[in-house]
Amino acid sequence: MSGKPKLHYFNGRGRMESIRWLLAAAGVEFEECFLETKDDLIKLQKDGSLLFQQVPMVEIDGMKMVQTRAILSYIAAKYNLYGKDLKERALIDMYVEAIIDLNELLMTHILQPADKKEQHLATIVDKATNRYFPVYEKVLKDHGQDFLVGNQFSRADVQLLETLLMAEECKPDILAKFPLLQSFKARISNIPTIKKFLQPGSQRKPPLQEKDVPKVMKIFH
Amino acid sequence: MSGKPRLTYLNGRGRMEPIRWLLAAAGVEFEEIFLETREQYEKLIKDGVLMFQQVPLVEIDGMKMVQTRAILSYIAGKYNLYGKDFKERALIDMYVEGITDLMQMILMFPFSPPEAKEKNIDSIKERATNRYFPVFEKVLKQHGQDFLVGNKFSWADVQLIEAILAVEEKIPAVLSGFPQLQAFKKRMSNMPTIKKFLQPGSPRKPPPDECYVETVLKVFKK
Repeated sequence: MSGKPKLHYFNGRGRMESIRWLLAAAGVEFEECFLETKDDLIKLQKDGSLLFQQVPMVEIDGMKMVQTRAILSYIAAKYNLYGKDLKERALIDMYVEAIIDLNELLMTHILQPADKKEQHLATIVDKATNRYFPVYEKVLKDHGQDFLVGNQFSRADVQLLETLLMAEECKPDILAKFPLLQSFKARISNIPTIKKFLQPGSQRKPPLQEKDVPKVMKIFH
Repeated sequence: MSGKPRLTYLNGRGRMEPIRWLLAAAGVEFEEIFLETREQYEKLIKDGVLMFQQVPLVEIDGMKMVQTRAILSYIAGKYNLYGKDFKERALIDMYVEGITDLMQMILMFPFSPPEAKEKNIDSIKERATNRYFPVFEKVLKQHGQDFLVGNKFSWADVQLIEAILAVEEKIPAVLSGFPQLQAFKKRMSNMPTIKKFLQPGSPRKPPPDECYVETVLKVFKK
């Protein structure tokens, strides 16, 4: 046993990507076990490894953890990326939950039928630029600090960067009206662990291509 | 200012109900403001009170908290309903997230079209009896303790009793294959704070009806 966390998921972003980001940001090396077929998923289910028959599943510290949020919270707390007290944690949670909402929209874009794609993209852009990005732009403006919460690097910074980059993949100029988010993006991308994760050859996964969607659907449906 | 938490939402369960449950279980009195019109909602947004323009909103300890899970985590942390260490917390989080997935089906049910309702009940029944309830039945059987995690009352217990009662409203005999959950239900229902919450006149909201659905659409529809 290597002692490293072991991630079970398909070879793509999906719901595991935020977990990869957070581990990488914390400087934690991890192993990955990729599901390629439905049989791979069934085997894990039959082994009793999946508490609710679902992935992501992360083997960490003797636990077989499931449920993305539970896993992220555990990693954040373990590696001191969750603020210094209950109130900072509350702020981080509020920021992160909204980011997760936006992530869901971004993640499901590739799964939209052709005739719905354009409208879905419009929804993404509307929500990102009118509901979510202004909040973080203002947070950074109001306190003038490098990080979102408590003048200290936290999971909120990691998850926001992940989402900013994914949003840019959808629409490259989506940050045009958000100068502080642009500098935030540059700053956080330069943190050594994150810089390493952003380089080719890291465990960061590419966006799902349309041609790969049927294969992924087959695993889960 | 009373110092009590103040909840802003519709006069119905929706996404606020787990928060009402948790505060009540912790023995915390709270006030409520009910949104009835779109104008009220738009005023809240204009006033800059809703961080992401959404409710639930809970004013607590000088914060205007939004995002259901953030609010629940804060309450659980504050009132010692979140386990004694990281690992108990992890277990509670896993259980709560699973239960929340089941509750999501119940949350969305009133908004499904009439022709889909029977199929949705079947889905809820299938998931409850095949995916979620067996897990908690097994947890309780294996450790033989009164509570799900760490032999101590926690957020996970509150979430589970809420879910059991909500599913039973739709599928009355749903616990028939789950003796541990039946005993758990009785036990939790008899805890003083929960017993009080289950009595008429408490802040607990009734199951959603057509009137509630109409109000949701009226207040939030773009």
